Amino acid sequence: MLETGLILRALARNKIGALLIALQIALTMTIMVNAIFMIQDRQQQMQRESGLDEANTFYLTNTIFGQNYNIQAHLQTDLHMIRNTPGVVDAIQINAVPLSGSGWSMALQHESGEDKDAVGSAIYMVDDHAINSMGLELIAGANFKQADIELRKDGQSTWPAKTIITKAFAENLYPGDWQSAIGKTVYISQTQPMQIIGVVKALQAPWNGWNGVERSMLVPFQREAKGSYYFIRTEAGRRDELMPIIEKALAQSDKERIIRRVTTVEETRERSYLQQNATNKILTTVVITLTLITGFGIVGLAIFGINSRTKQIGTRRALGATKGQIMRYFMMENFIISTFGIVIGCVGAVALNMWLVNNFNLSPISVELVAFGVVTLFIVGQLAVLYPARKASMIAPAIATRTV
Amino acid sequence: MFSYYLRLAWISILRHWGLSLLMVCAIGLGIGTAMTTVTVNYLMSANPIPEKSQQLYYVQLDSWDVNDPFDDGLNPPDQLTYTDSSNLMRAKQAFRQNVQAQAFGVIEPADPEMLPLIVNGRANTADFFSMFNVPFIYGSGWSSQSDESKEFVVVLSKATNDKLFGGKDSVGESIKLEGNMFRIVGVIDTWQPKPRFYDITTGAFNDSEDIFVPFHLIADEKISRSGNTNCWKPTGDGFKAFLASECIWTQFWVELKTQQDKEDYLQFLNAYVEEQKQFGRFQRPMDNRLSNVMQWLETQEVVADDAQMMMAMSFMFLIVCLLNTVGLLLAKFLGKAPEIGLRQALGASKSTLFSQYIIESACIGLLGGILGLILAYLGLKGVEGLYGDYMKGLASLDTNMAILAVVLALISTILAGLYPTWRACNIQPAQQLKSQ
Repeated sequence: MLETGLILRALARNKIGALLIALQIALTMTIMVNAIFMIQDRQQQMQRESGLDEANTFYLTNTIFGQNYNIQAHLQTDLHMIRNTPGVVDAIQINAVPLSGSGWSMALQHESGEDKDAVGSAIYMVDDHAINSMGLELIAGANFKQADIELRKDGQSTWPAKTIITKAFAENLYPGDWQSAIGKTVYISQTQPMQIIGVVKALQAPWNGWNGVERSMLVPFQREAKGSYYFIRTEAGRRDELMPIIEKALAQSDKERIIRRVTTVEETRERSYLQQNATNKILTTVVITLTLITGFGIVGLAIFGINSRTKQIGTRRALGATKGQIMRYFMMENFIISTFGIVIGCVGAVALNMWLVNNFNLSPISVELVAFGVVTLFIVGQLAVLYPARKASMIAPAIATRTV
Repeated sequence: MFSYYLRLAWISILRHWGLSLLMVCAIGLGIGTAMTTVTVNYLMSANPIPEKSQQLYYVQLDSWDVNDPFDDGLNPPDQLTYTDSSNLMRAKQAFRQNVQAQAFGVIEPADPEMLPLIVNGRANTADFFSMFNVPFIYGSGWSSQSDESKEFVVVLSKATNDKLFGGKDSVGESIKLEGNMFRIVGVIDTWQPKPRFYDITTGAFNDSEDIFVPFHLIADEKISRSGNTNCWKPTGDGFKAFLASECIWTQFWVELKTQQDKEDYLQFLNAYVEEQKQFGRFQRPMDNRLSNVMQWLETQEVVADDAQMMMAMSFMFLIVCLLNTVGLLLAKFLGKAPEIGLRQALGASKSTLFSQYIIESACIGLLGGILGLILAYLGLKGVEGLYGDYMKGLASLDTNMAILAVVLALISTILAGLYPTWRACNIQPAQQLKSQ
């Protein structure tokens, strides 16, 4: 380009204006790349599969306060009633709900004994209807049989002999060969043996922020507890219609308990990721406003630059420069300034990311994301300068003959 | 002269309204964003009990697994075992002491028409109320005697009292809680420390409880405990075994009046752990800690990472807005070069010009600040809407913050205006007049 040298000399005379734009672009780039990175990070977290048939499941809490209440008998009546309600696919009693935030966790180890390495997992106490009720996919081994289900008293410290675990958990216990988990014996509570009889594709723990969120296990227990959940799956599309029906049927069946918090799994997911969602919305707004501000800043300064150079532009036009050449001059000028800003911005983006990695436990940004920032800001810069450059190209050559 | 400059500034702002509007918007957005995040951080990290946060200490003892230390050995466990908190409670070595855990229960109202009510409770000991300056409308907390003689007493929150007794003085009345009759001894006035510092294991910004009951009821299984429980060793069967286990689920606070008292108490704790070591417990190296309220909130990282990251980003955002303003002010002032030249030729001194343009910058800053305040208000409403319960009561703009917003806008715009003003004052009159 013939003009590059010309532009550079012109810029050198008006350093500050160009520098201000370059710095703005640099900072915008720094913030934009990191904000988008944080958004993507959260998005990935939110997209992890819960393993449940989310659209067609809901649950409620059953809190018993009656003094001489036959928990065991009522549990069977309740489950029988719910399972036989038309439209219901299946139902279970469960101690915790995935993504709900509260639950039970235990550690499993390969060998029995006190000082052995153990891996933590979420515990779901369920019966043989769990896979069907939750919509899980059994990818190896077998489901519990009815005879496997034990009754668990409050405060009981022994565990049943069988368990079904998630694939992620199996991979963690048997790296490289998760299928070999079937039939293996592991130890819960340090010394109690348990046999892995099945593996399900996915089932998340109740805590979405836990790094072991993919590790869960099903344990064949029905609990004799004063507080528990009923987890219910309906035929496709019938969930909302059945929720009040089942709530009412349970509430009216006896008066010594409280049926509360009838909640869909979808609501639970939404609540679970409320913070992530909110942060993402805010970050998106920040990125957009920031880009707009930088864009308008470029427009403002370019217009000023053109106004103060009206006479020069007129002279160039009088000497034979075409409109296209004038436009190209300003676009080229912006391109040079942007390049300068973007280079600093790349350094800034990486530096801010390093700070975030060190202070907030984030992973490093990808090259693609930086490249995306580079391209976006070049485009924004060129778009912003388009209108002022067009205005400049409209300046009549006759201007050159006038004094001010 | 000041009002004259103000008028000049106003004329100038109106003449270049597009440029001025751009600057006001940029400053407004920058200040609005910065103030939104600053407010959230400020309220999250606020001192919930400034009058005595230095005297209240949270106790931590390292009772954990020697093979697999709690928190990778960085911090001792965040709660105590029942055994330890009961022992410390009995020792009574502090000015005041409180053991507590989260609980829940069902209240069956006397009126058969009313439905039973599930309530969140706190099981604590007598000193809780005086330690944490809990305000009462009716009655008071229970006495240490009530703890010792294992009485069934209860303190209600204002909301619970409104629900059950229509807000009247219910002290002396009884309620049926988990099948037992409890005598009401006090009703708390609206009380919601933010953060809820006395128990952050179940969420630092959770609501305070509906009822408060003596801690001994948990051991006697008269009320169910809830909250977080962490175990590293197998427990035996039954509740007695659980109480005697190495599971942590209680929180222990002490009130100590002087630095000397604190050192003495730490010594007492060390001696206690030394003694327990002889029973084969506490096999990890000695790491007992006493943290005052603010230290405790700090180690528990109550201020969310998200909030801090956003604050850092919002300040960078503000800097972009200010750079923008510097550029635009520069453009504006240099565009007035002929006018400046003329005024200088007619005898205006540099200091006159300087104050005039600084006043103009300040006016823009003030307008930007006001816009920023409005945006911060909307921003906080938005934050509250987006985060729901989690931010409830955390997203409000108080007078301090409002003043800070305007001052920040003014100062930063004046700073942004310094260089353009300096350039404007150094315009050579001869140069400008020649081209007229």
